[in-house]
Amino acid sequence: MNRFVERHRSILDFALSSLLRRKGKNISLWVVYTLIVFLIAAIVFYTHALKREAAMILQGAPDIVVQKMVAGRQDLVPVGYVGKIAAIRGVGAVRPRLWGYYYDAVTGANYTLMAPDGSLPGPGTADIGSGVARTLRVVEGDFLPIRAVDGVPTLFQVRKVLPYASELATSDLILLSEDDLRALFAFPRGFATDLAVTVENPAERATVAAKIAAQFPESRPILNSEILRTYDSIFDWRGGMMVVMLGVAVFSFVIFAWDKATGLSAEERREIGILKSVGWETGDVLLLKFWEGAAISLAAFLCGVILAYVQVFFFSASLFEPALKGWAVLYPRFKLVPDVDPYQLAVLFFLTVVPYTVATIIPSWRAATVDPDAAMRS
Amino acid sequence: MRKSTVFSLFTLGNAILLALLLLYGRYGSGEAGAVQEASRNLVRELQLTDLCLFTEARYTRHPSMADLHSAFQDHPMALEHFPSGSMVSPPRFRRGRP
Repeated sequence: MNRFVERHRSILDFALSSLLRRKGKNISLWVVYTLIVFLIAAIVFYTHALKREAAMILQGAPDIVVQKMVAGRQDLVPVGYVGKIAAIRGVGAVRPRLWGYYYDAVTGANYTLMAPDGSLPGPGTADIGSGVARTLRVVEGDFLPIRAVDGVPTLFQVRKVLPYASELATSDLILLSEDDLRALFAFPRGFATDLAVTVENPAERATVAAKIAAQFPESRPILNSEILRTYDSIFDWRGGMMVVMLGVAVFSFVIFAWDKATGLSAEERREIGILKSVGWETGDVLLLKFWEGAAISLAAFLCGVILAYVQVFFFSASLFEPALKGWAVLYPRFKLVPDVDPYQLAVLFFLTVVPYTVATIIPSWRAATVDPDAAMRS
Repeated sequence: MRKSTVFSLFTLGNAILLALLLLYGRYGSGEAGAVQEASRNLVRELQLTDLCLFTEARYTRHPSMADLHSAFQDHPMALEHFPSGSMVSPPRFRRGRP
């Protein structure tokens, strides 16, 4: 056992010395490799953590949201539907939701205005999300101007800034009283934006949704599971930007590995020839090349993954912010809860370390099987 | 010190650091669980349906509530469905925006 370990250690010593002889080339190789692993790992960690966060937070979303469709577009729902839907067996409660969007021409930000059920903000006051407070630079007690439908600005006193911790769900919210919201948008009485339906038994949600759709053919019931699925597909690896970013990263890795796999430099070929002529076996040469590949790829994998973890979970994935922000003026600041799927980590390992190490061995095997004299002269 | 020893220590150190980070994610973020619970309760109380990730347009702010056939309906970062999407430029008043 000791002999076996000592043999590997000696070959590893030789491999590291060989790598250090071409210091510039190998350090740049390691840096590029680390960057590629970092990029792939950061995307994987970020999307996985966001999907998990969405699944955790949106468990509290309504069981079913009922919209009314007119000519393929969403329209206001008559509050009269409430009683009829509540009468369907299995329905626990039906609450009309009153909400809409407000574009603030001064800052260029879009806000979500909402009149929550119950007695949250009183008339003339508003509760705002942290993102709104940050964008408008207002604090509790300040006044918030909102232009009504007739163009007249109305002032609302900020009663409360919603907790920073909930920013991922409430960053752009402005909560007003029902009367204020109806007055601002000239919202007709007896109508709501949509209806939130609570179903007593989660297993009956689909059945209740089917009954609602049958009773109101112009309605569109959206199940809680569909809401969660939306976020699954947004951050799925097949999703738009993700597939582009992952594609670029994987493609650059393939070029990188291919370049390595397609050949050895004349110097490396000569080195193999000399080693064989002084008595090294083909197996020893392959072991040497394996350790050279493994040393670079293992170091790059570990450093890339650690950097990605720190970037995503300690620095809130600030590198991705410009891509995710797009044209939006208001962007939530949130910290993701660290969560890494071991399966994804294993896939990442086998997609990066193994192909690179194999790619290093194949050309060396070709060089190691030719005559040492020919290898030295080539 | 032998080069193999230095490399082994470096690899072992990184592996331990990574393991600690993973363990921190699993067991050390108990406070984060309470924050998530509070967020979930607020979502339930206000009957919210979507995460506030993209506030550019209604179909990106509330992707799950958007019209069935609006652009990017599958998800906000999806590639545009329709060929015209690659030809229609943003509205003029938006072009100067960073």
